[in-house]
Amino acid sequence: MVDDPAENVDSVEGTAATDGEEPETDGGVRAYTVRLELVDEPGELLRALAPISENGGNLLSIHHERGNITPRGHIPVEVDLECPPDRFDDIVGALRDAGVNVIQAGAEHYGEEISVVLVGHLVESDLSDTLSRIEADVDAVLLDLSLAAPDGTDAISSARARLAIDSGRSDEALEAIRAIGSEKELTVVEPLLGGEA
Amino acid sequence: MRLAILGAGDVGRSVADLASEYGHEVVAIADSSDAAVDPSGIDVERTLERKVGNEPVGTAAPEDVFETEYDVLIEATPTTLDDAEPGFTHTKRALEADRHVVLANKGPVAERYGELRALEAESAGSIRFEATVGGAIPVLSTIEDSTPQAVTTVRGVLNGTANFILTRMAAEGLDYEHVLAEAQDLGVAEADPTFDVDGTDAALKFVILANVLSDGGFSLSDATVEGIQNIPGSALDLAAEDGRTIRLIGEATRESVRVGPRLVPENGALAVTGTRNIVQIETRHAGSLASSGRGAGGPETATAVLSDVGRLPTR
Repeated sequence: MVDDPAENVDSVEGTAATDGEEPETDGGVRAYTVRLELVDEPGELLRALAPISENGGNLLSIHHERGNITPRGHIPVEVDLECPPDRFDDIVGALRDAGVNVIQAGAEHYGEEISVVLVGHLVESDLSDTLSRIEADVDAVLLDLSLAAPDGTDAISSARARLAIDSGRSDEALEAIRAIGSEKELTVVEPLLGGEA
Repeated sequence: MRLAILGAGDVGRSVADLASEYGHEVVAIADSSDAAVDPSGIDVERTLERKVGNEPVGTAAPEDVFETEYDVLIEATPTTLDDAEPGFTHTKRALEADRHVVLANKGPVAERYGELRALEAESAGSIRFEATVGGAIPVLSTIEDSTPQAVTTVRGVLNGTANFILTRMAAEGLDYEHVLAEAQDLGVAEADPTFDVDGTDAALKFVILANVLSDGGFSLSDATVEGIQNIPGSALDLAAEDGRTIRLIGEATRESVRVGPRLVPENGALAVTGTRNIVQIETRHAGSLASSGRGAGGPETATAVLSDVGRLPTR
């Protein structure tokens, strides 16, 4: 199985949570990994798992990375599950409807994350329009945003955006972000992809 | 070998100073107005003292250097763009006289690579230019050893001034202007740091690398270049939230040359600090090779020049 989604996930995030044997796929059921970002409050994990079982997903393992806090103070959780391929989108949709931040779903869909830093007159050039255009043009999901405007919002400010994009589309995505940046006279600090960066 | 050195700046002087240690003899050294020429070997120490004391380096004219008996011309005059003169003409004259040329001057190799190679093909002399890329770091000889065809990409940090500024900005949470002033006080940045901070200096080096990979075809105008002048301290703070930092990274392939500020992992190989340089060479069969070291400085660059001299065929 060349494009088994379970296979590519580790390399994307570099976490060693899904090592071990490849799960058996039986009767069209396949294994998927979703990465979630949860608020550190009691009951959140249970709330996040409910949409999976309610939509016919079978939980295989849950890796709850307590102590490993994301920049916004959230807790990353990695869930391995199996389900028929046609149900997977429903599960991800149900998670999002429940207000759970899905940062990675499977390996084929939104398999990569990239961060970019934008610098310039972000507010004057309408940051929210910039971000929606990036999401639309690149077919990405904005996962995380920080803005720093130490000299006020009409001065030069910086924003860091973390985006989930489809596997293998980072070059294309960066090209589109570059185009939007140059149109709005923003400096785009791109990640360095490839090699042992 | 008998060396004739054009340019008596940090690099030219250091080459003269270290030549005897490498078993070579200096028969001429010239700055833009005067020259010291002696076919039986100049008194290097006295000549350098004169230069440092703002006296003429010698009684001869710079032209006279070409008339003396030498084996290798060391081209260490300042880098110029576009027609890369007078470095290009110096190199041409030496090759036409069937002499070897070792360049520390980036101009001719970045801007007129094809012409240089054509002149070399007609000459009994050879050209080498290890010192133009990454100072003391053996970048070009590593590519030569892996054969250029097997190298797919060369990337890295090849400007110490820009790297110093970004490192200090990230570490101290200071803004660009402040750190630049500090770098100038420390002598890390020149009074006019434009070429370093706008990416031109790094771009010239990556253009040279692209020329080596593709056997010519590139000049500065083919490179996509962005500098670090627009990067505020807050951008580095934001990058750090994600465990990243910003470095002025260059990339050369057979198709393109690009230099610009990029996000790299804070503890990754490319996030060298201070004035240190690093080069990663991606190869087809041997993965990635990396070397890091001092990319500038008189004695450092002179070691690259003298290694080149050692690699030349005897005339």
